[in-house]
Amino acid sequence: MSFRQPSVLPGFGLTFGFTSFFLGAMVLLPLAALVLAAGSMHWSEFLAVVLSRRALGSYQLSFGASALAAAINALFGFMLAWTLTRYEFPGRKLIDALVDLPFALPTAVSGIALATVFARHGWIGRYLEPLGIKVAYTSLGVTLALTLISMPFAVRTLQPALLEVQRDLEDAAETLGANRFYAFRRIILPTVLPALLTGFTLAFARAVGEYGSVIFIAGNLPMQTEITPLLIVIHLEQFDYRGAAALGVVMLLMSFAVLLTINLLQAWSRRRQLRAAR
Amino acid sequence: MADPRPAAAPRGATAADAATRPGSNTWGSKLVRWLFIAVSLSFLAALLIAPVATVFATALAHGLEPYLASFADQDTLAAIRLTLMTAAVVVPVNTLFGLAAAWAIAKFEFRGKSVLITLIDLPLAISPVISGMVFVLLFGLHGWFGVWLEQHDISIIFALPGILLATMFVTFPYVARELIPLMQQLGNDEEEAAITLGAGGWMTFFRVTLPRIRWGLLYGVILSNARAMGEFGAVSVVSGHIRGVTITMPLHIEILYNEYNFVGAFAVASLLTLLAGLTLVVKNLVERARAAQGAPSEGA
Repeated sequence: MSFRQPSVLPGFGLTFGFTSFFLGAMVLLPLAALVLAAGSMHWSEFLAVVLSRRALGSYQLSFGASALAAAINALFGFMLAWTLTRYEFPGRKLIDALVDLPFALPTAVSGIALATVFARHGWIGRYLEPLGIKVAYTSLGVTLALTLISMPFAVRTLQPALLEVQRDLEDAAETLGANRFYAFRRIILPTVLPALLTGFTLAFARAVGEYGSVIFIAGNLPMQTEITPLLIVIHLEQFDYRGAAALGVVMLLMSFAVLLTINLLQAWSRRRQLRAAR
Repeated sequence: MADPRPAAAPRGATAADAATRPGSNTWGSKLVRWLFIAVSLSFLAALLIAPVATVFATALAHGLEPYLASFADQDTLAAIRLTLMTAAVVVPVNTLFGLAAAWAIAKFEFRGKSVLITLIDLPLAISPVISGMVFVLLFGLHGWFGVWLEQHDISIIFALPGILLATMFVTFPYVARELIPLMQQLGNDEEEAAITLGAGGWMTFFRVTLPRIRWGLLYGVILSNARAMGEFGAVSVVSGHIRGVTITMPLHIEILYNEYNFVGAFAVASLLTLLAGLTLVVKNLVERARAAQGAPSEGA
């Protein structure tokens, strides 16, 4: 096979050339700079940065809060997706459109708005304060911000899957005497499970790298409420480029692992669909 | 590679038929239904609607006059100007790139296509902080080209070019990601017919392709614009935070907020919130127009 299959359409050279040049200059070259900056460190130096207590504390918060946020989104996102696809109520279309808002809203805006609502005297914070629940400047606040910004990813992945559930199978199960919970567990859950896992992973991936919305609501204390992206920024502000690059490489590897997981999940779900179709 | 953006809302919901199904009017099912609606709406209200309402409530806390007065501030005006300028440069480049990438990837079969697609997706998958940092590593004082740039008196980091580069890195995938699946679905038949009948390449593009992709293109441009105006992390890393010079609207929000100037901070935030709302309105209009046009809907 030659490099390109023949076609009567013109413009391949121009568009392919421009695309490759742009991607090379805008993506490959900068990423090479990142990897080489980290690679220029001695192993012991690299490990000292990425395994420092402060770095480990930041991974714990970044990955822990992101996993928790993704789990919250898997649960409430499922309920929201279910409500939007199965029930008719006034304002449903508006609510459906609002789900995309965290995606369109600049992260700095989400950050200061959440910090204000959940502050001690904020609209919601004032009711949580007497209960002893502190949100602003705690890891709970970090989780909340990550939940907000990653929500559309979970809901929008679940919606099409819920639409695909075969309603006649559910009806048949109920006609045959299965109770609702049994029908849910044996028919709905298996159908939407791949979407649920993909939604969880996409939400997690989006949450791990988040910076803007978190720094306003987190206290940004080392070891407690300091996320990894913030630690990178702190290294950069001290002109410690190599330390920042080392942490960046760790985060980059995590992103690749997550993306690989998403692709494997989608391949698994396609195989399941094929088997079900046979 | 997986699409690291939320998928489009599915069309043609089957919600309406829920009421007519057997067994849907029992006591238990009604309870479940209201429970689900109540829980999911409370979730949205606390996490999304309350914060958005707070933006406007805080901005207008002391009335309309202080709100409007905050836009007369020199630094605020400079931030708005810089953000508009950034979008004015970045969005056209993104559009051009998106069209070129979609033409090459959707219209032709060639080796290594998936590599290009992966590279287009990459900026969406990595932390905005890393997106900014890579340019510091290239052009910063201690970066690859740092010494050369200083000798020639060119500043990229802590100056406008750095802000443009970081914003472009974060936002260039949106137009391409919107157009590639759309053009793949539409196929090559009409373009091939036009070329065979003697139309030139540009004429085919403007008269055959562009009319069929215009809604997808519009949405990609709007989304790219919203992200370009709202980017915080990547721009924060390269900006250097020089007041009135390298401060964009989102960075200005941070400064005002940290100075306890809440009316000012939320006034600027209200503009960006309106922009986000407008983006959603256009998204829904585009989807409706596409459905009316009978063209394949995005993400289907």
